Amino acid sequence: MKTVGKVAWVTGMAGVLAACVTINIYFPAAAAERAADRVIDEVWQLRKDAQPPSAGAEKTGETQ
Amino acid sequence: MNRVRGHLEKPSRILAALVFALTTGLAFAQANLDIDTPAIRALTDAMKARHTELTPFYESGAVGQAASGNLVLRDAAQVALPQRGRVNGLIAAENADRAALYREIARANNHPEWEADIRATFAARFIERAPQGWWVEGANGWVRK
Repeated sequence: MKTVGKVAWVTGMAGVLAACVTINIYFPAAAAERAADRVIDEVWQLRKDAQPPSAGAEKTGETQ
Repeated sequence: MNRVRGHLEKPSRILAALVFALTTGLAFAQANLDIDTPAIRALTDAMKARHTELTPFYESGAVGQAASGNLVLRDAAQVALPQRGRVNGLIAAENADRAALYREIARANNHPEWEADIRATFAARFIERAPQGWWVEGANGWVRK
């Protein structure tokens, strides 16, 4: 009887997890956002606006 | 005590294996969307080339990023009369390319039914990522960033 209960519990948990996975497979919102950002970076070229750090501003933190 | 633990071990091990298998599947589902197809690249290249022409109109506020994922001529008065035809042409071409882009991304990932969701995601990202000074359509209408 105990074993039957555990099997039922494990099956139930698997069902809950499977449901979560199904929802995520339905539409991967986070992946779509990343895809949109990659396209926008490419089309709008926004990253080029950011100034690259100048060569003269090197850090001299490591002293002997 | 030991006997009880031994008894519990097997189902919990099965459960751990299940959790692992399913979360791996979850990670797969959340992996990157494929945007590297010839069709998508042709569209983004065309959009990139058009972008330099559209930028002054974004900055003047003549053209804004709509909540629909399209461009909209929101203030025609900002455009000199001889340029209006050109602006309308640019907007129409950009909106056609955006529509094709949303459709192609959905298709490239074997889920044509995702097209509307992809459009909504892009609309939100265009609005979010628009630089300062551009006009975007928020929940309460048009605002200048």
